[in-house]
Amino acid sequence: MIELRYFAWLRERVGTGHEQVETEAATVADLMAELSQRDAGYALAFSDPKAIRAAIDQELVDMDAPLAGAREVAFFPPMTGG
Amino acid sequence: MVIRVQADRFDMGAELNAFAAAQKGAGAVVSFTGIVRDLASGDLDVMQIEHYPGMTEKALAGIAEQAQSRWSLAGCLIIHRHGSLAPDDPIMMVATAARHRGDAFAAAEYLMDYLKSRAPFWKKEITAGGAAWVQARAADEDALNRWSEPD
Repeated sequence: MIELRYFAWLRERVGTGHEQVETEAATVADLMAELSQRDAGYALAFSDPKAIRAAIDQELVDMDAPLAGAREVAFFPPMTGG
Repeated sequence: MVIRVQADRFDMGAELNAFAAAQKGAGAVVSFTGIVRDLASGDLDVMQIEHYPGMTEKALAGIAEQAQSRWSLAGCLIIHRHGSLAPDDPIMMVATAARHRGDAFAAAEYLMDYLKSRAPFWKKEITAGGAAWVQARAADEDALNRWSEPD
């Protein structure tokens, strides 16, 4: 079981800030592809993978990062701090 | 190194005085404060800042540690707010202290460049006409490249 977190417009498009999923996806990119099949909101949220950043257990990762051992995976747009 | 992520307003003068007073032997203190900028149309009601509790603190501490390993710093301070802010409110500040100004200036710029695009904050601008997420700027991403070259 992986805890998923969504932030900013990704959170608004999928309609929740967090949820738990069972997945056999091997990488972050595979998980995104799986989630985008769920419904129109998820499809819209993940429609432009280049506009999405991901973190595994609160560390930024590339899209080909493996999910093995991950407890928490977060998806969000490019950050706008400062 | 002091990292604070908070909803409450802060007093930049008081924060800077307290920071400077704690830096014994530092000949230079540099600070930067980010302020909520109104839109060109002048109708920004609220800037909402969302963040990723847990990751935010870790990311900021990591950025500060990188700065400390790169320059000779007596100390550094990062304060960043989240929640609903009004135009002209302070959003965040960084301060650095070093023996000489070069290290303090460079480290403060480094902290700002990384904080803008590597710390998990997202800004949303709310007006009477609607709400829009602030887009990340390519220039902010480009700003990181200059730090990847050896000094």
